[in-house]
Amino acid sequence: MQSAPLDTRYQIETPEGIDLPLRPAGLLPRALAFAFDLGVRGLAMGILLVPLALLGNIGIGLGSLLLFLVSWWYMVLFEVLNQGCSPGKQVMGLRVVQDDGTPIGWSASLIRNLLRFVDMLPFGYFFGAVSCLQHPHFKRLGDLAAGTLVIYRQQPAARPKIPQAAPLGLPFTLELNEQRAILGFAERQGELSAERVHELASILAMPLQVPAARAAEQLNGVARGLLGPT
Amino acid sequence: MKQSLFESRHQPQWQAFAEQLKQLEQGKRKAGDMADFPHQYRRLCQHLALAQERGYSSYLVDPLQQLALRGHQQLYRHRSRLTANILSFVLADFPRLVREQWRFVLIAGLLFFGSLVVVALLVYLFPELVYSIVSPQQVAEMQGMYDPEASRLGRLADRAASEDWMMFGYYVMHNIGIAFQTFAAGLLFGLGSVFFLIYNGLIIGAISGHLTEIGYGQTFWSFVIGHGAFELTAIALAGAAGLQLGWALIAPGRLTRAESLRLAARKSMQMLCGVMLLLLIAAFIEAYWSSSTTTAAWIKYLVGAVLWLLVAAYLTLTGRTRHAPE
Repeated sequence: MQSAPLDTRYQIETPEGIDLPLRPAGLLPRALAFAFDLGVRGLAMGILLVPLALLGNIGIGLGSLLLFLVSWWYMVLFEVLNQGCSPGKQVMGLRVVQDDGTPIGWSASLIRNLLRFVDMLPFGYFFGAVSCLQHPHFKRLGDLAAGTLVIYRQQPAARPKIPQAAPLGLPFTLELNEQRAILGFAERQGELSAERVHELASILAMPLQVPAARAAEQLNGVARGLLGPT
Repeated sequence: MKQSLFESRHQPQWQAFAEQLKQLEQGKRKAGDMADFPHQYRRLCQHLALAQERGYSSYLVDPLQQLALRGHQQLYRHRSRLTANILSFVLADFPRLVREQWRFVLIAGLLFFGSLVVVALLVYLFPELVYSIVSPQQVAEMQGMYDPEASRLGRLADRAASEDWMMFGYYVMHNIGIAFQTFAAGLLFGLGSVFFLIYNGLIIGAISGHLTEIGYGQTFWSFVIGHGAFELTAIALAGAAGLQLGWALIAPGRLTRAESLRLAARKSMQMLCGVMLLLLIAAFIEAYWSSSTTTAAWIKYLVGAVLWLLVAAYLTLTGRTRHAPE
């Protein structure tokens, strides 16, 4: 239906026959999320180990169990039980999903987090970074093996007001892309400078058969007409 | 239909759907209570398709897409097999998997036990060899641990119950960590697993050869024979899982390398779950049985032999019949 997107979006088709776009996250936000998780883990261990150290030998035993849990299971538990988000990912607005957009399960999460060990080789996440940078969907080696994807959790954007203008019909039919483009122009006007608005609108002055100075107003009117009464 | 009319007509439905989603995501309500959730989800999908087809604005289409994605996440879930089928996994699937992958298990076993036995013999025959494999401090530490004069075995001379606890925690962390490493390194075309198998074989072999040679054999062997059945088998199996990963990359067959890796990873993960189980058992035995000195050495040898037979029988015989208990 749609042509291949120019950006890094990753399309999945659902059984209902609709395409859902996912936005894979790149190296930097993922590295920051990992750094945050590392900090959280360090802090938690620091706080918990102090009282455990006072407990003597049982404390040391519990402490090593805890260390094992935190170093190997922290990510897995959070990803599976918390909708694919470890605390770091939550902060950075990321989440892990399977390649087909479904939530991550125990097996996939274990694979991607155990293979983290290889991503860290030979030093400081070198293999993971190389793999992440050369892959079209930014997968590290663990993601490749587990068939998972780190994506942005998108929040709905606040809707801007369309500038006031008299609704207007065009004497010819618009194609879908053109319709979307005109609506997009009207909705995003607030983010652009007046000069840029003028420049963009004047491209369409000719087909609209209006002087360049009035093109923006004309387009807003068309957008109003498309949107219908509000 | 104009966009604003479409929107005002269906807005309440979308809001209700978003509300349902929020409850599901926060786990406040179970999916079973919401009989109409699939119906609502499909209606949303229809609205999304309509909105796209009619060229409505991105500010309408994008939120609908996000709602549909969240709904998709809630509706299509991979049933986690780990919790549901533990029993059938232990009783049938795991030994079956080990037999199915017998080539990798054989290679990993040969690498690990082979290097262990060869080095143990070499060190026994040429005692000074031990210092080129293990550092002198470590040798001294090991000698202190298995000194026949000590009343209880393990890391420290005399241990109370709380120390059993401590050692249990330590063994779990240390051994499962080694198994995970051995497995994960297999991603490097299997070379990492080969390295860790041989490396661990070398260390264990050197120490056992050395301790036997200086006459601490009785304390050492009666200590390790019990849990060794589970621990050494588990390390070899973890290596086999790693080799499987590596082999999927070396010889993917008719699949692409990425696809073949994904399939192999799923299989080897199951194997690794079994390994974790074995190592937990090993840590228990090691902390509570192997370390006691009140039992005579011959009982320990006997129990150890029985445990080795048990592990071998478990891996070779369990789950042979199709209708194993599930």
